[in-house]
Amino acid sequence: MPTATPISRVNDFVVRFANVNGSGSASANEMFARAVMRMGVPVAPRNIFPSNIQGLPTWYEVRVSEEGHLGARGGTDLMVAMNPQTFDKDIAAIEPGGYLFYDSTRPLPASKFRPDITVIGMPLTAICNREYSDPRQRQLFKNIMYIGALTALIDMDVKVVEELIGEQYKGKDKLIAPNIKALHIGRDYATLNLEPIGLKLRKADKVGDRIFIEGNSAAALGAVYGGATVCAWYPITPSSSLADAFTRHCAKFRVDPETKQARYAIVQAEDELASIGMVIGAGWNGARAFTATSGPGISLMQEFLGLAYFAEIPAVVFDVQRAGPSTGMPTRTQQSDVLSCAYASHGDTKHVLLFPEDPAEAFDMGALSFDLADRLQTPIFVMLDLDIGMNHRLSRPLAWDDKRAYDRGKVMTAEELEAGKDFGRYLDVDGDGIPYRTYPGTHPTKGSFFTRGTSRDRYARYTEEGAPYVDNMQRLIRKFDTAKDLVPRPIIGNAAKPTKYGVIYYGSTSPAMDEALAMIEARGHSLDRMRVRAFPFHSSVNSFVAEHDFTFVVEQNRDGQLRSLIVNECGIDPVRLVPILHYDGTPITARFIAKAIGDHLDQLKVKPMKVTS
Amino acid sequence: MTYLAKPKFHHPALPKNELGYTHRDYEGTVSTLCAGCGHDSITAAIIQACFELSIEPHRVAKISGIGCSSKTPTYFLGNSHGFNSVHGRMPSILTGANLANRDLIYLGVSGDGDSASIGLGQFAHSIRRGVNMTYIVENNGVYGLTKGQFSATADRGSKSKRGFINTDNSIDLAAMALQLGAGFVARSFSGDKTQLVPIIKAAIRHQGAAFIDVISPCVAFNNHAGSTKSFDFVREHNEAVNKLDYMTSRMPIEIEYEPGTVEVVEQHDGSKLALRKLAADYDIHDRTAALGFLQQQAAKGQIVTGLLYVDEEARDLHGHLRTVDKPLNTLAEHDLCPGQAALDKFNASLR
Repeated sequence: MPTATPISRVNDFVVRFANVNGSGSASANEMFARAVMRMGVPVAPRNIFPSNIQGLPTWYEVRVSEEGHLGARGGTDLMVAMNPQTFDKDIAAIEPGGYLFYDSTRPLPASKFRPDITVIGMPLTAICNREYSDPRQRQLFKNIMYIGALTALIDMDVKVVEELIGEQYKGKDKLIAPNIKALHIGRDYATLNLEPIGLKLRKADKVGDRIFIEGNSAAALGAVYGGATVCAWYPITPSSSLADAFTRHCAKFRVDPETKQARYAIVQAEDELASIGMVIGAGWNGARAFTATSGPGISLMQEFLGLAYFAEIPAVVFDVQRAGPSTGMPTRTQQSDVLSCAYASHGDTKHVLLFPEDPAEAFDMGALSFDLADRLQTPIFVMLDLDIGMNHRLSRPLAWDDKRAYDRGKVMTAEELEAGKDFGRYLDVDGDGIPYRTYPGTHPTKGSFFTRGTSRDRYARYTEEGAPYVDNMQRLIRKFDTAKDLVPRPIIGNAAKPTKYGVIYYGSTSPAMDEALAMIEARGHSLDRMRVRAFPFHSSVNSFVAEHDFTFVVEQNRDGQLRSLIVNECGIDPVRLVPILHYDGTPITARFIAKAIGDHLDQLKVKPMKVTS
Repeated sequence: MTYLAKPKFHHPALPKNELGYTHRDYEGTVSTLCAGCGHDSITAAIIQACFELSIEPHRVAKISGIGCSSKTPTYFLGNSHGFNSVHGRMPSILTGANLANRDLIYLGVSGDGDSASIGLGQFAHSIRRGVNMTYIVENNGVYGLTKGQFSATADRGSKSKRGFINTDNSIDLAAMALQLGAGFVARSFSGDKTQLVPIIKAAIRHQGAAFIDVISPCVAFNNHAGSTKSFDFVREHNEAVNKLDYMTSRMPIEIEYEPGTVEVVEQHDGSKLALRKLAADYDIHDRTAALGFLQQQAAKGQIVTGLLYVDEEARDLHGHLRTVDKPLNTLAEHDLCPGQAALDKFNASLR
């Protein structure tokens, strides 16, 4: 018997699978997560993987939460330890009272285990060697076999798993029966030889109409719905799957049914410089275009981003952020490109950033970014990160208003030019800082202009004089001010009772923050909250900070980049903004936030003096 | 003062082309390059080629990088949209623009610094993708705007104006274009307009990646004894492999050629190229032999010019990507957006 009381919980626990990458475990593990969802229980899986194709450790963490917490929780209740390389560390990660499931084919000394956990051994390799002669089959079926064993240990509905196997191998029907057989070999072994554990699944009705989707796929579909026709990209983790998804979605939705011709063009460029160059060339020529990249790509694109800002060319950049600087941790998550995107390029520049919290918002903002790019004639950054981009997330269903028309912005037509309308490419006719543009080839004698990165006057004529330069730079600031009311507004939630403290957060921190707020409240503190969804900041960001003595800014980077941006752009005393920073490459957890903020608030809390009578 | 337009006034008897445009309609603003610059001769050749081809000026997109050569698009086709982008990146801007609207004519203008040094990668990849464009390098072997540093096309052993000897090997962009699969490769000399104009015309009508390396001496920094890109040196060492006459599809071949001396090549759009052979046995359809010939002659210090290679059946990037015939920038919501019904099905597949 373990020295700690075994954990006993229903629909609320974390299972972690420790595998070797390239061993085929990913699809079996994902099936486990899907089965939980099909049982009506909210589930949040996270793939923790190395920058490698075969042979290095990989983990798949599945958080089961009937209450609906989708952020990473931290800690593991049941470890499925299939990787000898990481065995010791994996055991150390188990919560006191937790469970270890391992392959007991080779006996291990008792010193390898912990006294405060329940150890469940199953001779998986031995069973596989007995059942299969092909080494590859031995490996693949071992994965599905441990899923089978788990169905028995935690009461997972085996019918649901069988259904999923049927769906997964639809079209390759020969594979269905052997997989189901392996599933049952594992399940039967566990039923006969192993004790059920304290972690239990029970059917619920808490998933609703939500869908299970990766942020990169949703963002790419947003680009399809938003009317993107040109995609130029260069492979880089964690954004490659966004371009891959766009390719897939386009093949499905954008091929002319009669001619089989493509209503899109996708080019895998030679590098990120060429990617953004093609996007800018296409945007200049009136197509909706985007690239998908990550931090190192953003660094490489700086010069071109400055050109697009200064020459005012629409472009969309999906930045799926990873841990930097330099190559950093390519397969780990961070929110550390905020400043390098907000102020990308030399000279005075400011760029529009959007911060989706989950796949559904990545879809919405993915589509919206193309309207904003055309309206504002400037690059728009959709700031995803690895946690949102590359993990399946339970998300509200994607929605589209069929009456919605694209906003192509201020484009002067041949008819308007012919009618004698004054065209000055950089002329602020409406007072919003946004000038009219023309597409190349519009009119034989009117409306042509020279696009350049050098300074120019309101009629696009080259000049190095100070006054027209300043005039143009001031107009660009007016345009940026216009953007404040066009981008998605922050979402504010007030605490039940008035409080002097607030918290600002954004992007993938969202689910952990939701959960942390309840934990912080349980500690007796109240916090108003604001989820920032875009830069430039709406005026409500200033007022939110002004209304609170202290505002915590929760971020997944070392330097408090959004906090710096708020201090800089809103002119706020930095003392008022308390950074709460998590940047080890793992997704931020509710436990981390609640502890960091709770500890701060505990110190600030005025303790009533004890009155002795 | 590059924004100073030339006076619009012109002689009423100026000849007009098929569209009723005069030569003046293809001009831009006054050049600010040095007097005698080879680049201005190329500008004049582009103007003449477009006039003679009766191209609607506004249907051309002229795109360049940074440098003396990249300034020149201001000096021709004043009614075309132009894009003076960043150093060495003209090819990617042009590729993107071309993807957005396949119906315009794309004229990329670059220099040897722009294409052979900082932009070597983009040059190479735009050629190998087969972007439908005319890519002109105005090649003078030096960085003019920064006052005479060697560029990567400067020949080894050539002398700079300040007296330095170049010890690096040179890059032959025409040879690279051949190796990279360009559908049309030519080299010419800014001082030989009769050779250059038909080559530009043929390149514009080529349906694929057409590359022209034009040796264009820099009068300020690279026109001295010891330079291999000076007017004198190029005139003395110019070895033309053929002489090209360009004819549109509607023109009958009227000129009488001596039998066996002329090869007529018909391009995809029906235009015909009549090539008078000057080098015996030079085959403009043999990519490998062309590469070998360039290298042999370069070793002898000769500069091979003329139409070096053509593949009249070349396919362009749009062909590879199987894009729709309609320009992508004209597609609207009903062409692009699958709508809520498709989204409902998509959602259902993810539960």
